[in-house]
Amino acid sequence: MSTLMQIYICALSVSAFLCLYRIGMGPTPPDRTVGIDILGTLVVGFCAFMSILTGKDFYMNIGISWALLSFVGTLALAKFLERRSLDE
Amino acid sequence: MSDTIAHILISIGVLFDLLGCVGLVRLPDVYNRLQAATKCVTLGTCMILIGVLVLVGFNALGIKAVICMVFVLLTSPTSAHALARGSHKAGVPLWPDSVTDKYKERKGAEK
Repeated sequence: MSTLMQIYICALSVSAFLCLYRIGMGPTPPDRTVGIDILGTLVVGFCAFMSILTGKDFYMNIGISWALLSFVGTLALAKFLERRSLDE
Repeated sequence: MSDTIAHILISIGVLFDLLGCVGLVRLPDVYNRLQAATKCVTLGTCMILIGVLVLVGFNALGIKAVICMVFVLLTSPTSAHALARGSHKAGVPLWPDSVTDKYKERKGAEK
């Protein structure tokens, strides 16, 4: 692992911890939902770094599915915040 | 040469991710946080994925990075929009120093 890659992964980890701070301390439920959404997008970046470091391409499959599942989860939480049913 | 360009792109992406998450912690209400975090983190992750494409070239990993970038670009603004609308309808108050609230004015005019 090169030094540059270590710097990237440290910076992304700091970003993930800032998101976790917002998820834990957020005063309202939408704040926590924003944190979860952003954390899901950060995990896609982590998957990209994992696929570079190991040279295997299936980590990017995990990234694609994580992006889509995070999207569906955030939409469901947004609908739940609106106090509406999911099939409307 | 291609490695240098890839590492510049990945560095810009990681910097955008970090600054977006700092904005997520520092800004005062949920709409400001949503704006800062979603835009910066979407652009940052897309830059990381473009950097991966430049680094590895057009093999299976690079093509999957492009597909993943398209998904992130399509889904992240949509979920941010739904989340802002949902939190406004849930009655989350704006920051007290906010200047205007166009969505509330339009909802009031339609009633």
